[in-house]
Amino acid sequence: MTDNPSNNTEWPLWEVFYQPKDGKPFEHAGSLHATDAEMALQNARDTYARRNEGIAIWVVPSDQIVASSPEDRGPFFDPANDKPYRHPQFYSVPRAVKKRK
Amino acid sequence: MDTQQQLDDFQRRIDNGEKIEPKDWMPERYKKQLIRIMSQHAHSEIVGMLPEGNWITRVPSLKRKLVLLAKVQDEAGHGLYLYSGTETLGVKRQKLIEDYLYGNAKYSSIFNYPTLTYADICVIGWLVDGAAIVNQTMLAKSSYGPYARANLRICKEESFHKKQGYEMLAKMAEGTSEQKRMAQDAVNRWWWPTLMMFGPHDTDSPNSAELIKWGVKTKTNDELRQHYVDRMVMEAEAIGIELPDPDLTYNEETGHWDFGDIPWDEFWSVVKGDGPMNRERMNARREAYEGGEWVREAAAAYARKKRLKEEKAS
Repeated sequence: MTDNPSNNTEWPLWEVFYQPKDGKPFEHAGSLHATDAEMALQNARDTYARRNEGIAIWVVPSDQIVASSPEDRGPFFDPANDKPYRHPQFYSVPRAVKKRK
Repeated sequence: MDTQQQLDDFQRRIDNGEKIEPKDWMPERYKKQLIRIMSQHAHSEIVGMLPEGNWITRVPSLKRKLVLLAKVQDEAGHGLYLYSGTETLGVKRQKLIEDYLYGNAKYSSIFNYPTLTYADICVIGWLVDGAAIVNQTMLAKSSYGPYARANLRICKEESFHKKQGYEMLAKMAEGTSEQKRMAQDAVNRWWWPTLMMFGPHDTDSPNSAELIKWGVKTKTNDELRQHYVDRMVMEAEAIGIELPDPDLTYNEETGHWDFGDIPWDEFWSVVKGDGPMNRERMNARREAYEGGEWVREAAAAYARKKRLKEEKAS
C-alpha cells in the first residue's frame, strides 16, 4: 500500500453552521469531510460542538455554496452606499422627543 | 506574477489590521507560507495524540481517564480545525496528509519525545500545552481569517488542557517522595524541549521577518519564549517544582527572567529525524492512515449505495 499512497479516498467536503443559542442566528464553524449528510451531521457535532457550542447544526456540501467575490465588493455593494435615507439617523426629530427612553 | 501594486495594496490591508479571507487576493508566497505553517500545525495536533494516548489505558483513576480521553479527542479536533482552515487556501486535505506521511512536511519536534511515566502526562498538559497557548494566543490574531478563527477555537479548549496538567502535577509534587521525584524528573526532561517549541532564535529564523511583516505572526520566537519562561518560573515556584536551569535569574533591568543556553544541537537533530521517537511516530501515523484506507473506501461505497437506493425509490 505504501507504494501507492495516493489512492483518492478523500470524502466530500461540507461546511458546518451552528446555532449557538435558542433564538440566535446560525454561524459558520468550519468544514469537514463526510461521505453523506448523516455522517456530516455526526462529525460536525463531534468536531465543532463538543462543549455545547451549538443547539442545532446545518451541514451544506461546500460546492453548493455560492459566494460574492471580494474583487467586486465595491460595485456589488454600491447600491447601498448612496442611500443614507435608509437609516434613521437621516431624519431629524424634535428635541423634546429625542431623549425618550 | 504578483505586481508591485497588488503587493502594496495587500501590505496596506495588513498594516490596517484587516483580515485576509480565502477569496481575497494574496501574494503567492503568503499563500505558500500559510499552507506550510498551518498544515505543520495541523500535523502536530494529530501526532500529539500519540504520546498522551500511550497512557490512556494506564491512568490511575477513572476521573483522570475521562479527562485524558477528552483531551486527546480535543487534539484531534484541533487538527481538524486546522486542516479545514488550510483547505480554504485551495489544497486538498489528502495531499496535505500525504505530504506529511510520505513527503517532507514537518510537525512540532516536541512530540518526538517519549512519555516514560504518568508524570509526563501532567507535564505535557502544563508545559507543552502552556507553550502552545502562548503561541496560539498570538496566532489567534493572525492576518489570515480562517487561521485566526481556528486558533481562537483552539485556545478556548487549550486552557482546560493546561489546567488539568498543572493541577495533576501540583498534586504529585505534594505527594510521597517517590511521586515528587517522578514529577521533578518529568519536568527536568521536558523543560528544554518546550523552550525549543518556539523555534530558533530570531537571528536564526529565516521565515520570521516575513511572517511578521504579513501579520501571520505578530510576535517573534524569542518574545514568545520569554513570555513563556516568565510565566512558568512563577507557576513552578507556586507548586514547589524546580526548573532545571541554574542560570535562571531575574533581571531587574528588563523585568524578565534570564535563562541559560538552549541545547540547539539537540533541537536540530530532532528536527532532522533523529529524536528518540521520530521513527515510531511516523510509523504509527502511516499505519493508521494505510490501515484506515479500507474503512474510508467502505464508507464511501456505502454512501454511494444508499444514494442509489434512494434515487431508485423516488
